[in-house]
Amino acid sequence: MKKYLAFFRLRFSMGLQYRAAALAGMATQFFWGTMEILMFRAFYRADPAAFPMTLEATCAYVWLQQAFLTLFAAWLMEGEIFDSIINGNIAYELCRPVNIYNMWFSRSIAARFSRAMLRCMPVLLLAVVLPAPYGLMAPADGAAFFLFILSMLLGAGVAVSFCMLVYMTCFFTISSMGLRIVMTSLVEFFSGGIIPLPFLPDGIRKVFEALPFASMQNVPLRIYSGNLQGDEMLKALSLQVFWLCILILIGKLLDALAMKKITVQGG
Amino acid sequence: MKLYGKYFMIHLKSIMEYKTSFLFSCMGQFLVSFNVFLGIYFMFRRFSHVEGFTYSEVLLCYGITLLEFSLAEAFARGFDTFSSIVSQGEFDRILVRPRNEIFQVLASRIELSRMGRMLQAVVLFVYGIRKSGIHWTYPKAAAVVLMLFGGAMVFSGFFVIYASICFFTIEGLEFMNIFTDGAREYGKYPVNIYGKRVLQLCTFVVPYALIQYYPLLYLLGRGKPYYALLPLAACLFLIPCLMLWKIGVRHYVSAGS
Repeated sequence: MKKYLAFFRLRFSMGLQYRAAALAGMATQFFWGTMEILMFRAFYRADPAAFPMTLEATCAYVWLQQAFLTLFAAWLMEGEIFDSIINGNIAYELCRPVNIYNMWFSRSIAARFSRAMLRCMPVLLLAVVLPAPYGLMAPADGAAFFLFILSMLLGAGVAVSFCMLVYMTCFFTISSMGLRIVMTSLVEFFSGGIIPLPFLPDGIRKVFEALPFASMQNVPLRIYSGNLQGDEMLKALSLQVFWLCILILIGKLLDALAMKKITVQGG
Repeated sequence: MKLYGKYFMIHLKSIMEYKTSFLFSCMGQFLVSFNVFLGIYFMFRRFSHVEGFTYSEVLLCYGITLLEFSLAEAFARGFDTFSSIVSQGEFDRILVRPRNEIFQVLASRIELSRMGRMLQAVVLFVYGIRKSGIHWTYPKAAAVVLMLFGGAMVFSGFFVIYASICFFTIEGLEFMNIFTDGAREYGKYPVNIYGKRVLQLCTFVVPYALIQYYPLLYLLGRGKPYYALLPLAACLFLIPCLMLWKIGVRHYVSAGS
């Protein structure tokens, strides 16, 4: 456990180095959030009755999504990992007395958290001072805030363990380009990255909410604003735990399988 | 022009060497914009109209914007990846050749994998045209051509600005994406839905509304006739872009070894 914590720390402090990139990213995210909210506002004006969440909750969803983008985004896969599988550097990693899965897992989590730490604060601060309903509202209540944090950790775990599956399949297929493209676009839509899941028709929404993708950003962002409450929230939280365990289990299985038949590329 | 044709053939041949990779990147392009389409589709399952625009009209708008963007991206991609040309010192090579440097950068990259996006744009465009019940006349068809031309020019202009900034910063700046990717992404809806301020900004500061919102109104029979000519006015935007480029070239200090 200690060595994986060390990997976490290493990658975490590495991630904190890219401050200029973070600054540029924040400007982009603030712009993105503003446009998104203006768009929802137009639809809200067109027909407030058809709006499935309150406007405030929608705005909170958008701002939190932008602030913690790097925590959940499926397209933020670690290029280094793919490279090391393709060019054979993986051999060095295999020599170490560590488990590949655990090492990559802790590294990916660290990379995501460090990026999010750098980026979230200014976006959140700006969003808080914006006038209601367009700004970021206060959390529904103390419990909601606590559960939001908990569910965010779980969500990031699900996102990373999903990416791990893609890394693991790269052992078998070498070129992961196709799978990666398809997966990231699927996740983007299914997890509520394009439009929040409540905006979907009820039947489709129910199916989507049961899938592992909904356990990524959908749950924490909706708990914060009180859109997800009571029994439904408990169900969503337990689904998060369930999918986290299942995805890690599958990942570990693939890991064991890959280690048995691995061929190291490169010369 | 003949030389550009030659460059085009070279790019085509080099892509065809890696067919699967080409297909995958086409598919990727397709899926990314397909997600945006799904977003629009589901929003309109719930809402029947937004700021007076219906589903098919929005699709027409998105189709045109996407087509404008992918045209610009396919041909002016060299400017988009210009930071690597500068940081590797390859621009020196371009400067010593006896051809216009803008032409050379333009020809250095021709992205045919944007076809995935273009294909989708065409499908949305055709669907939008058929459903929106536009009564077609020659001037309207001409207006569409002008929109595509003007739009490609405006987006290319932003690529040129992006490249010119690289002369000073060596690296590309992520926030410039707001003007290219951001405009593509949010150009899915007519600009006026984002409110009056954004519309003013997009009319007088950056000419997005001139290639999208105003001519669209004309197409739908709601605007004044001169709206159809606004894309031509938007082309004037290229002048300051090219001036910035000239300043950049004069400022250029080689970074290569």
